[in-house]
Amino acid sequence: MNINKTYSTVQLVSLVALRMIVGWHILYEGVSKMLLPNWTSANFLNESQWILSGVAHWIVSNSAVLNAVDFLNIWGLIAIGLGLILGLFTRTASIAGALLVFLYYLNNAPIIGIEYSVPTEGSYLIVSKTLIEAVALFVLYLFPTGKIIGLDAFISRYFNKTK
Amino acid sequence: MTKEINKQPQEKQPSQSRRTVLKALAGIPVLGYFGYELMHKISVDKNKSAGLIKELGLDDLQAPKEITNAADGKLLRIGMIGFGNRATALARALGFASSSKIESMQENGTIKEWQQQDNLNVAIVGICDVFDLHAKKGLEVAACKTPAGNGKPSELPVKRYRTYKEMLQDDSIDAVIVATPDHHHARITTDAVKAGKHVYCEKSIALTEDELNEVYTAVKNSDRVFQLGHQITQNAIFQQAKQIIKKDILGKITLVETTTNRNTASGAWIRNLDANGKPKPGDLNSIDWDQWLGNRPKVPFSLDRYYNWTKFFDYDTGMLGQLFSHEYDAVNQLLRMGIPKSAMASGGIYYWKDNRDIPDTLNVSWEYPERNMTLIYSASLANSRQRGRVFMGHDASMELGGSLTITADNNSTKYKDKIKDGTIDTSSPMIVVNPGSGDIDAVTSATEKYYASRGLTSTVINGKRVDVTHLHVKEWINCIRHGGTTSANIERAFEEGVTILMAQKSYVEKRRTEWDPVLRKIV
Repeated sequence: MNINKTYSTVQLVSLVALRMIVGWHILYEGVSKMLLPNWTSANFLNESQWILSGVAHWIVSNSAVLNAVDFLNIWGLIAIGLGLILGLFTRTASIAGALLVFLYYLNNAPIIGIEYSVPTEGSYLIVSKTLIEAVALFVLYLFPTGKIIGLDAFISRYFNKTK
Repeated sequence: MTKEINKQPQEKQPSQSRRTVLKALAGIPVLGYFGYELMHKISVDKNKSAGLIKELGLDDLQAPKEITNAADGKLLRIGMIGFGNRATALARALGFASSSKIESMQENGTIKEWQQQDNLNVAIVGICDVFDLHAKKGLEVAACKTPAGNGKPSELPVKRYRTYKEMLQDDSIDAVIVATPDHHHARITTDAVKAGKHVYCEKSIALTEDELNEVYTAVKNSDRVFQLGHQITQNAIFQQAKQIIKKDILGKITLVETTTNRNTASGAWIRNLDANGKPKPGDLNSIDWDQWLGNRPKVPFSLDRYYNWTKFFDYDTGMLGQLFSHEYDAVNQLLRMGIPKSAMASGGIYYWKDNRDIPDTLNVSWEYPERNMTLIYSASLANSRQRGRVFMGHDASMELGGSLTITADNNSTKYKDKIKDGTIDTSSPMIVVNPGSGDIDAVTSATEKYYASRGLTSTVINGKRVDVTHLHVKEWINCIRHGGTTSANIERAFEEGVTILMAQKSYVEKRRTEWDPVLRKIV
């Protein structure tokens, strides 16, 4: 991590804004799944047809694994969303978010020749909004802002004190 | 260019610390705003759906509670007649499974659901099957060391009976479950109630009018409890559908469409090969062929007939008895329309061009002029496009399967204003009840999937997934111990039997058949 990295105000505001809106989206994805009494990732995983389809179908076929995946999904999304909005463990939240969202992309990628039964709301060719969000999270990982605008400031101060 | 340089703050400057703290907390108001909007959304959504549901009078739509006290009283000693696949599932519903099945349930994660089944306080003490291999399997299942619901093995010996009559004569058996091929159902049930046994019989009830009348009279004249194997009424969704019909959400129902949509060899009852394509076992040494044939025409031993009996009219009525019977039961339990005035069936063998008698494509319509209603059954064994079971009313349609959806009709009178002001959208369902959406069945075979999609495998009660067959046998046992009427009792079975035989006769004789209510005869 390049601790001494400096941002101009505009850069900082833009990065924090990006962090917050992505965090907002991810938090709501998690919360809305939590609020649905019988939500399961099975419907989504059943659609998986590309390189992860084998794993996806294995998850669905095994109810214990599916329950674990559902649990991790809901609380993972909520934790990542909260982390991004509050700037708490921002880098961990960013990279975990990037990986998770990239997994969603791999299970639902608009690859030529693969058709999904659920229609998309836009027109995608290989690149989808999901992929863009994954890349955005990776960018947030590379350009962390949690220690300037975020609770990470307290954490880093605490660690510096205890050093 | 930059007015201010922002650094990840390493070198802390005390003068800036308040500012740093404020910046560090910048996410809090954003989170607060998120929370505010979330609450707002939840309340708007709630009001929207609650408003409609309340107005339709469905706010007290409740899932049924489980029957509780089926297990008390004396141990019920059960004999199983016929021990093929269906019997294995029925034994599981009673709480008994083979060790290999328990292992596979452990592997696919369904063991917990099974173990949570209520202990029905029963013992399987007798097995009767004409095939040694099936009888052996039955004996193994009956000797289950770890029955569901923390049941204890009964310690009673399990006996194999060579003939069902031998079993019926035995006083150490209180009740029998009949899961043989269909051509034995009526006769065994008749003899069993006459011998003083309670009977749970798989569908369909009878292949001829004489047999149907005979079994009806025998059951009516006895005090024994009879249940036909139509587990759908035990599905929670079904109880809710009942309330929806009662509250007249659909308006006047004039057409009910039921379907069968299968497209596999096994679905078309070609079942003489195992998963590896090898012929399944069985020969004259291990199968009592004469007994298997019963009172049907004597034909030489044939594994094709033994495993694929559904293909032949000698042993059943094909899709009518095997699949439509469930459809009819679902509709009759909801609408109680009973015996139709007339039936007209047509179809043919258009795809599975083997030696079968039964059509693979069949369309039947039954008329109920007094109810101003037509019932349709459209069935294919050569196409699996999902067509539901749909109740069509003037104001809305209800599709009832593993879940329930109600869609308002564009030209509804009752919902006219709501459609106009946008509260009801006719292009999407108005009400969806989907009790099991969060749980995934370990349904593997095409047949299992087919049954699951029609609400015939499991349901959710008090948040717990329960096998509907378990609930159905439990209802039967509950009535044996405490009295009461089973949902698929002999009256329902008779109505269903007549309905099926009217269609069968119509198909075979290529004409419209009618029911004469005075003579109680199909003409």
